[in-house]
Amino acid sequence: MKAAVVVFPGSNRESDMARALTQATGRPPSMLWHADHELPAGTDLVVLPGGFSYGDYLRCGAIAGRAAIMDAVRAHAARGGLVLGVCNGFQILCESGLLPGVLMRNANLRFVCRMQHLRVERNDTAFTRHYAKGQTIEVCVAHGEGNYEADDATIDRLEGEGLVAFRYCDSAGNVGGDANPNGSRNDIAGIYSNGRNVLGLMPHPENLIDALVGGTDGRGLFESLASAA
Amino acid sequence: MKARVVVTLKSGVLDPQGKAIEGALKSLGVEGVASVRQGKVFDVELAGADASAAKAQLQAACEKLLANTVIENYQIDV
Repeated sequence: MKAAVVVFPGSNRESDMARALTQATGRPPSMLWHADHELPAGTDLVVLPGGFSYGDYLRCGAIAGRAAIMDAVRAHAARGGLVLGVCNGFQILCESGLLPGVLMRNANLRFVCRMQHLRVERNDTAFTRHYAKGQTIEVCVAHGEGNYEADDATIDRLEGEGLVAFRYCDSAGNVGGDANPNGSRNDIAGIYSNGRNVLGLMPHPENLIDALVGGTDGRGLFESLASAA
Repeated sequence: MKARVVVTLKSGVLDPQGKAIEGALKSLGVEGVASVRQGKVFDVELAGADASAAKAQLQAACEKLLANTVIENYQIDV
């Protein structure tokens, strides 16, 4: 597994992401700059980390979604290459057209920073093989714009084709209600592309990889990726 | 040439910021506010002098960057 992490001006979770990838794959990822035009040869996985790229100016992820490196990321995804976007990375994937829909301001207008349970919707993808289908995992969220919204036809397609990756739930696995931190449609926390080789999610699995700092439920995602290529 | 681009949320898209402003206006005692929708205004200076070319340029700018057409509409005044 050869991973690369893209750093934009204002990214701030790239070191956390690199730590999680190194732990799971045994080798540190390449760190790419947004102005680069190419991925390193043999890249299996491209990761867009969290943060506040371009200060969230215009719309979250809007300017980063049009950065030079994104043409290479789109080409990588079109070839079936793996792409992971977390938090601001998810926003960038939506703005770049790699995933449908948009992340809007949280319904209660508050930045939410807390531990968060998720239900793993399927475990037959490159991102989730090390989880069980329907498993509840505990990770964390930290965002002000995580309210996933798309038109009805897109939501129906995501649901019908099994492209919802994770949903917000409580510790018992009950989806929605107070467990939904941001008002997201259908309690969606993360979605796949049609080919299930692109995943965007708002929560931060990369911060739950060490028992010393809160838990290890995020490891499954990186271990799945490590064994995927 | 000066132009103004106005980007607004499509009708039907929930606008929590507009709702919060609406609530604040009501609590300030501003009478008769039925609803508030928040948007963005871009004042753009263009080098050329041809209005139709300017409009076409700004339309491209809106489609490429200024508006997210999943949730937003735009209006161009040259």
